[in-house]
Amino acid sequence: MPEQPEHTEQTEQPEQSETSRDDRAVVRDALGVGVAVGLSGFAFGVTAAGAGLSLPQTCALSLLVFTGASQFALVGAIAAGGGPFAAAAGAFFLGVRNAFYGLRLSSLLRLPRGLRPFAAHWVIDETAVVALAQGDRRAARIGFTVAGATLYVLWNLTTLAGALGASALGDTGAWGLDAAGPAVFLALLAPMLRTSAERATAGLAVVLGLAFLPVLPAGVPVLLAALAAPAVLLLHGRTAHRTEDDAAENASVRRREVREGRAETSAEPSGTENGR
Amino acid sequence: MTPTEIWIAIAVTAAGCYLVKLLGLAVPAGALERPAVRRLAALLPVALLAALTAQQTFSDGTALVLDARAAGLAAAAVALLLRAPFLLVVGVAVLATAAVRALA
Repeated sequence: MPEQPEHTEQTEQPEQSETSRDDRAVVRDALGVGVAVGLSGFAFGVTAAGAGLSLPQTCALSLLVFTGASQFALVGAIAAGGGPFAAAAGAFFLGVRNAFYGLRLSSLLRLPRGLRPFAAHWVIDETAVVALAQGDRRAARIGFTVAGATLYVLWNLTTLAGALGASALGDTGAWGLDAAGPAVFLALLAPMLRTSAERATAGLAVVLGLAFLPVLPAGVPVLLAALAAPAVLLLHGRTAHRTEDDAAENASVRRREVREGRAETSAEPSGTENGR
Repeated sequence: MTPTEIWIAIAVTAAGCYLVKLLGLAVPAGALERPAVRRLAALLPVALLAALTAQQTFSDGTALVLDARAAGLAAAAVALLLRAPFLLVVGVAVLATAAVRALA
């Protein structure tokens, strides 16, 4: 996240000006995240075009799916062949984390019922990180809205530019552009590898994903690899001490999310869909 | 995949991803707050991203291969260790892959 707002030194300012200064700091933070992440839509556009998707298909993904990791996963699955439903399943499971962002945002933003279906489309890694970093509901709402709008517009424009640029390049493989997809996944993954459970999950998923690749239909091995998560949780749950109370659990989850958020906004964007 | 199948995959993904986003905003607080559910939700992307990284680096269709993309991924890993920004990480991977192909 960008630097602290400088209003703390100016406590003698009248309250009205203080509020607008706070608002400006939130908008600046949100714009910073939005611009950095939005630009990575370019990488998505190039990757999708390289995988053989048409321009309308590429743009439809960014307009309608709007969660980075899921979009990259779907494009990779399409390039690998296999059925549409197996391809969509991998992308869907990557998008599940957004439900948990929504859960936290729901109590923070307290959006009117009629607004929720529209706000939902913008619930992704980066908007959640910006909103959750704010001190009060007003700032969280401003942060969510500005980050969401900036990201949505830029992500779609840069997707279009990337897709057009890739078709002008011709053979994207010759330019090494087929390495963009895995590099994006690695950049999303890196900030998540903090604990031994996370590293064990990643290691087991790599082994499962590669071992089943030659023998099972395209799209299925990655779903089997996802089972590394419950497998590690089961093993970890058996060996871990069960003394931590709910408060400690909540605190550690919160700390982790903040850490991941920081790491993602500086090292990464998306997301994602994040994921995210 | 045929163009129709690709559109089906896009439609299913768009609908599914939107519905899980909406689910989070719409369900009562506490419904998904059990620690086990949260831990699984945090680990699931780790497993998927790790598997996808490996598959898209070391496969060609259903065959396992070692080619220039591995050099690109290694370069991306170094860039990540040096805390390079996202776009630079991707750019380095692309350049390294292209360089290895040009030399080979």
